[in-house]
Amino acid sequence: MNKIFIIIGREFTTRVKKKSFLITTIAVPLLFVAFYAFLMWMMLKKDTQERQIAVINASSIKTPLEKINNTNFIYTDENITQEESADYLQKNGYYAILWIPANVMEEADITINSFSQIPPELESNIHTQLQNKIENIKKAAVITETNLPDLEKKLNATKTPVKIRTLKQSDTGEAKESSSAIASIIGLIAGMAIYMFIFLYASVVMRGVIEEKTNRIIEVLVSSVKPFQFLMGKIIGVASVGLVQFLIWIFIGLISVMALLSAFMPNIDMESLRNTTDLVAMAQTNNLDVEQLEMVKNIAQTIAPSYIISFFAAFIFFFLAGYLLYASIFAAIGAAVDNETDSQQFMTPLTIVLVAALYIGIAAMRNPETSIVYWASFVPFTSPVVMLVRMAFGVPTWELLVSAALLIAAFIFFTWLSAKIYRVGILMYGKKPSWKELYKWLKY
Amino acid sequence: MILCAGVNTPAHLLSTLTIMSFFVAEHITKNYASHRALDDVSIEIPEGAIYGLLGPNGAGKTSLIRIITQITGPDSGQLFFKGKPLAISDMSRIGYLPEERGLYKKMKVGEQAVYLARLKGISRSEAIRQLKAWFEKFGIAAWWDKKVEELSKGMAQKVQFITTVLHQPEMLIFDEPFSGFDPINVELLKKEILELRQKGTTIIFSTHNMSSVEEICSHIALINKSHKIVEGPINEIREKYANNSYQLSIRPNDEIDVEELAGKEFEVLSNRTEGIRQDIVLQKLTDCPTNTLLSRFIGHTDILSYDKIIPSMHDIFIKLVKEQ
Repeated sequence: MNKIFIIIGREFTTRVKKKSFLITTIAVPLLFVAFYAFLMWMMLKKDTQERQIAVINASSIKTPLEKINNTNFIYTDENITQEESADYLQKNGYYAILWIPANVMEEADITINSFSQIPPELESNIHTQLQNKIENIKKAAVITETNLPDLEKKLNATKTPVKIRTLKQSDTGEAKESSSAIASIIGLIAGMAIYMFIFLYASVVMRGVIEEKTNRIIEVLVSSVKPFQFLMGKIIGVASVGLVQFLIWIFIGLISVMALLSAFMPNIDMESLRNTTDLVAMAQTNNLDVEQLEMVKNIAQTIAPSYIISFFAAFIFFFLAGYLLYASIFAAIGAAVDNETDSQQFMTPLTIVLVAALYIGIAAMRNPETSIVYWASFVPFTSPVVMLVRMAFGVPTWELLVSAALLIAAFIFFTWLSAKIYRVGILMYGKKPSWKELYKWLKY
Repeated sequence: MILCAGVNTPAHLLSTLTIMSFFVAEHITKNYASHRALDDVSIEIPEGAIYGLLGPNGAGKTSLIRIITQITGPDSGQLFFKGKPLAISDMSRIGYLPEERGLYKKMKVGEQAVYLARLKGISRSEAIRQLKAWFEKFGIAAWWDKKVEELSKGMAQKVQFITTVLHQPEMLIFDEPFSGFDPINVELLKKEILELRQKGTTIIFSTHNMSSVEEICSHIALINKSHKIVEGPINEIREKYANNSYQLSIRPNDEIDVEELAGKEFEVLSNRTEGIRQDIVLQKLTDCPTNTLLSRFIGHTDILSYDKIIPSMHDIFIKLVKEQ
């Protein structure tokens, strides 16, 4: 037993001490966070540039455009043509020149000339303002023309805001509000993380095994430890590297999410928001938009602490068990071949299964109730990814336990099988073995 | 061959004492998918012997060594270590330097040696203390903090040798230990191996290099095509395969007729004169005393030397393997 710990120790420390580990674990996520923070800052930053736009208004509307943020519209009587616009802009120092045609009520073709590229935000603001103005004028004309009482009110009443509340019915009969959209996104992210982790670290195990075999260090090692002990030490050692890396990522993720929230989001007490029924009042006291607050409430209700804990536990379990299952098989493949190129033949079927798991997971996000998703969440090779996505929509406890038990059973069986291939393979050199030969190795 | 004689003395002692066998393998059979690697092979290794395990490539030497080191198990047969059935716990009492041996390229030399020592059950502090001494002795102390990939092949071999013997095993197995060493380091290694034997370590030594077998082995076993062909103290075996031929070196003298002096008891196989020396190789045909020949020549010329020709291990090896 003691020897296993020595092996785990080496597998762990040599990898954690590598520069590449420090870079991928700490530097890369920090860069990502910095990048997203920068993006958010750019998006939320107000357009503060002062602009003067000359308006040549040929229409009958008096002031078709009014001040937008820092942009002022100056109406001029001069008749400037397109050809003269460059001179005119230079002479007066305007940002742009804008023509409103005489027939704007019928055909609103607006032209704006500028030396600069007009920002899309300003363009769309001009568009909306003008469109509303024309609509309002026409509406007023209709109202006076038809002369129907309360027509304006009636027209406004035709607009009905539609809201959807998704409630999750539990066995005890109580219905809880939850947003399946947010939950499924979290599930998919977790599923993808597991998929990546399995691929990444199971490959690390395989490359390690190939290295030891081609280096012939394994010949020296097996006279001190049993191959099975060594294999277990290696798999566990690499798993702890992955786990440490993941915990660091989660830590960095949580810290940065909290930092971003406090920087960009209003300061609301999540617990009271989760339980509040009067959003409008809460929005008013916090000086917020009701719609925004509702979205925040949805998120807050979905990721309640109890949900987070059970989800996190399931995540860690499927994450480790899935990895252990694949890592032992990858190790056997590594032992069977002489170099990485030769491993392709045996890797392909596993890769197909794992990629299929990911796609079933994505399908589960759209509809978690299909039979393929249901069964894939029990099959050990796909369950780590698919079950996590399903979990987001709620899974009966017994199904979760059956899936977990099957995964553990598969892990034990395949580790036993792989250890047999591993034991023979590490001391076999030369030609690439066929599937038939691998089968023979099982019987040695 | 003065060195040879010196080294071989204990072998005579061992063969006369016939003390307890240190390691015994009985009727070992091992099958692989397509062939039988070992077929009813039995060997007995006396305590304190340097036991040469010989045989052409693919004969089954490595298979046998892997069974002795418990890397694999035999299909049938039994193994005894110091009289008791071989157990997993004996792993730490056996040191093994495989023919195909390697180290982690990216790891530091010292770190790696400590790791290998710890896997043999030595504590970290003890491993460091002993390793430093060995590194000093082998002149590689300056390489402790270097990466393995920076070492020359010879230096890496030294590190491997050290990690094999560090835990002071009672039995050591060397598979082609001299490959990759320059002559100076081969001498250093031989000295170390003999020193270990002096301290009472039993050594199994597998090689193709027959001159080193003659030089350091006390016993040998020859394995060919999965079978053991011959086993025993090296001098007895060489003696056994000697075919009663003698070499007589004399001062050339035109007046003597070699054929006539040899008589009907001896057949002249070759007769060569080079300057002031004439070498005659003769085969004894009858059971007469060897001195008969000497007495016939002694009155006619100066006798420089008279030797019984004992075949080299090289010749015995080739003869036996070809015969099979």
